[in-house]
Amino acid sequence: MSGFDSQRGFGVYVHWPYCARVCPYCDFNVYAAKARDTAPLLDAILNDLEGWRARTGERRADAIFLGGGTPSLMSGAQVANVIAKVGELWGLKPGAEITLEANPDDAARFADFGAAGVNRLSLGLQSLDDARLKFLGRTHDAAGALAALQEARSKFRSVSIDLIYALPNQTAADWRNELSRAVRLGADHLSLYELSIEPGAAFFQAVKRKNWSPLEDERAADLYEITQELADAAGYPAYEISNHARAPEHQSAHNRIYWSSGDWAAVGPGAHGRLTTGSERLAIVAAEKPGEYLRQVAANGLGWASVDALDPLAQARERVSMGLRVIEGFAASDITELGLSLDAARLTDFAAAGLLTDVKGRIALTRSGRLMADRIAAEISP
Amino acid sequence: MTPRNKIRNFSIIAHIDHGKSTLADRIIQMTGGLAEREMTEQVLDTMDIEKERGITIKAQTVRLDYKAKDGETYILNLMDTPGHVDFAYEVSRCLAACEGSLLVVDSSQGVEAQTLANVYKAIDANHEIVPVLNKVDLPAAEVGRVKQQIEDVIGIDASDALEISAKTGLGVDTVLEAIVNRLPPPKTGDVNAPLKALLVDAYYDTYLGVVVIVRIVDGTLKKRQAIQMMKTGAHFVLDRVGVFQPGKLIDVDELSPGEVGFFTASIKTVADCSVGDTITDERKPATEALPGFREVQPVVFCGLFPVDAAKFDDLRAAMGKLRLNDASFSYEMETSAALGFGFRCGFLGLLHLEIIQERLSREFDLDLIATAPSVVYGLHMRDGSLIELHNPADMPDVMAILSIEEPWIEATIFTPDEYLGGILKLCQDRRGIQTELSYVGARAMVKYELPLNEVVFDFYDRLKSISKGYASFDYNQIGRREGDLVKLQILVNDEPVDALSMLTHRGRAEQRGRAMCEKLKDLIPRQMFKIPIQAAIGGKVIARETISALRKDVTAKCYGGDASRKRKLLDKQKEGKKRMRQFGKVEIPQEAFVAALKMDED
Repeated sequence: MSGFDSQRGFGVYVHWPYCARVCPYCDFNVYAAKARDTAPLLDAILNDLEGWRARTGERRADAIFLGGGTPSLMSGAQVANVIAKVGELWGLKPGAEITLEANPDDAARFADFGAAGVNRLSLGLQSLDDARLKFLGRTHDAAGALAALQEARSKFRSVSIDLIYALPNQTAADWRNELSRAVRLGADHLSLYELSIEPGAAFFQAVKRKNWSPLEDERAADLYEITQELADAAGYPAYEISNHARAPEHQSAHNRIYWSSGDWAAVGPGAHGRLTTGSERLAIVAAEKPGEYLRQVAANGLGWASVDALDPLAQARERVSMGLRVIEGFAASDITELGLSLDAARLTDFAAAGLLTDVKGRIALTRSGRLMADRIAAEISP
Repeated sequence: MTPRNKIRNFSIIAHIDHGKSTLADRIIQMTGGLAEREMTEQVLDTMDIEKERGITIKAQTVRLDYKAKDGETYILNLMDTPGHVDFAYEVSRCLAACEGSLLVVDSSQGVEAQTLANVYKAIDANHEIVPVLNKVDLPAAEVGRVKQQIEDVIGIDASDALEISAKTGLGVDTVLEAIVNRLPPPKTGDVNAPLKALLVDAYYDTYLGVVVIVRIVDGTLKKRQAIQMMKTGAHFVLDRVGVFQPGKLIDVDELSPGEVGFFTASIKTVADCSVGDTITDERKPATEALPGFREVQPVVFCGLFPVDAAKFDDLRAAMGKLRLNDASFSYEMETSAALGFGFRCGFLGLLHLEIIQERLSREFDLDLIATAPSVVYGLHMRDGSLIELHNPADMPDVMAILSIEEPWIEATIFTPDEYLGGILKLCQDRRGIQTELSYVGARAMVKYELPLNEVVFDFYDRLKSISKGYASFDYNQIGRREGDLVKLQILVNDEPVDALSMLTHRGRAEQRGRAMCEKLKDLIPRQMFKIPIQAAIGGKVIARETISALRKDVTAKCYGGDASRKRKLLDKQKEGKKRMRQFGKVEIPQEAFVAALKMDED
């Protein structure tokens, strides 16, 4: 990958680190919102975008993604400011996807977000069951979530919902039942995540203290298979390990940039970006704590706290592990162009075992292969 | 030349943790051998491993000047002996270089097996023995009881035992006076007779080359003297002659009868210096060597292979360097179908094996796979020949074998009464034959004859866990006996793994095979297909387990912020693969080999 290939896409990610309440399964860089004055953070984000623009040079943005944290805590005006700034600095491609992650509790502001230019809403439903929502530490109930979804559908061109499964003691029947209801809600896109216990999250401590045990791998694998089967049948085929869309135009264009190893500017505390310039590909992380981030931007006009030039091996490993996630896989030539190669013997083994396909140099996982994506990536990558 | 009657050569006998090193340090400090600021804990143990484990591996010696209460100045040569049974021969040579010993016993613990073994060696060497009760300041000290125990168990008079605390310094002055007054000076040696010096030990020094520790019996040892080793026949010309002072070597003009010191002579490896050899003058040789020389024979063997096959040359170089300083460790190249190129190594015992492995990883930064420890079996073949089998993988066709002999030991175990039942069961399970059981107060002493191959696995670990660390253990070898032994093979995914094969008693094979399969089931990570694990004798499978296939290995959420984390995870998996060994289609982590051999059965 020498030089930036615009085919891979260029996106802008904005991290809004505040949440009304920090969820116990979340290990992202987030902070309780309380009654903060967020004006300085917005200013810093806008300045940081300018700093990035100086480094990327002229490009058009394929997508903007406001994630977090909870960006739906932003005001409509703040969101409008960010979108306008990106448009002014880079320019947006026609029909560019502009996503905002939202909490059902913030439905009252959905109309403002739509007016600000957001055209895709990703709604953190997480579950349709009140008891499970409570376990997940969510502040909304199922009824509230459904109302928020109806509101979103009337305001945005594309609406996605998130659900988490493989909760402790969740049976196949429970999940089948819940997912069957979810596919009938009229969302355009489903992100269906197996619960993972991350070291930075409160759940990790709970499991360590043996308050409860995560579902065994065998059972979680069963639920994954149920998910694939049910979502397919309902017209939401998977296009990535945990993501399903009812039509190609509803797939997340912004997330696809990550999986195709494109570039993305990343602003806001702790945001991770990638920037390809000339022969270099940089992995960039913004200062993590909001206070540090503000100081960093004030001092340098950029929030960057660490910059690593990825060597060909690191680039290849990212390409394999990200590329295997999407159903169409990645081109083996992406690796050979880096002067490296995939493990041919393992590719043959896995193809014979029905875990992947290698069609005209395009390496893609099969449905059963996707359950083993991490292992296969480690086996085949240079 | 120091008058003979002003010299005292002595050693300190003690069980681990009974305070030998603390007392030695205190003596060095009180004789002004080292200033307070130069004192580091345990001056004599110089290797990191020695300090950490509180054990002495190489003999050390230090010469101290002590002004006694009688106004005279005496030269005290403290010989620090290796404490562990693996180094029993080195201990005996060290003791042969002294006339007396301090027997240090922790007054809250009492006599332990190791103390017993070494004190008998001192008695054999005709030592005068001064009992010293250490740690008398502890509330748990039982001075009267321990004195009685010394008299009952060891059979020496303990009525005038010294009562000290090496830690606080209490009574250490009485120890110094007792060394002068109660230990004898060196026996008369003839300064004009042909040189006769005992080679006590030797070590490799990066700057000086090999430094040889000697005790002069007759004649004198001088700089530039041409010498000869009587057993090995090697000739050398001496570069330096001197004595050890704490932390430094001091050159002297000559060493004369009764004295302990060192020499260097451009000797390249310690293997050229056999402990126990007699050193004499090349031009005027002694006619008869000193008694007690013994060739050191390794008794426990195992294969060592580099985890990363590319490190074989590094391993070879490291072995060479270790051997410079440790002639008792042997190695020869070995090729294993599964593990590639490595070495079959011989050790004096299990501790020695552990120490060498640890030094290889620590000092040379090598990751190693160690195969199951094995003893040396004698195979009587039908054609009348005798094969010494060091490696179970080399076992010939059983049809050609008439009988197999295995080495036996006599173990001495001291334990508080409450653990005796468990210990007897352990020894019984390991085919032990009880030869003695006696009590001193609430402590039992039990002796068992045991096959060494039952001890090399995890006997010591089991003993420690059964007795909560209170039992002590020592052993002597008592020769080979015929046994009904079979080769137990382990097959992973139908491929034999020779690194895990072992010889075992027929009656124990099934239990051991089952335990091994169960253990491996937990140790081998699940792979993308199911893996049968079998234990077999000949072609017959006697135990079987199956590792089910891994069904899921995938990250649920992976977006821009996860790209770096995902890549680092992949880097880690790749790094982990380097530590794996491929057996057919199955990858077995190196840790599995090590852990599989640490079997906690029962």
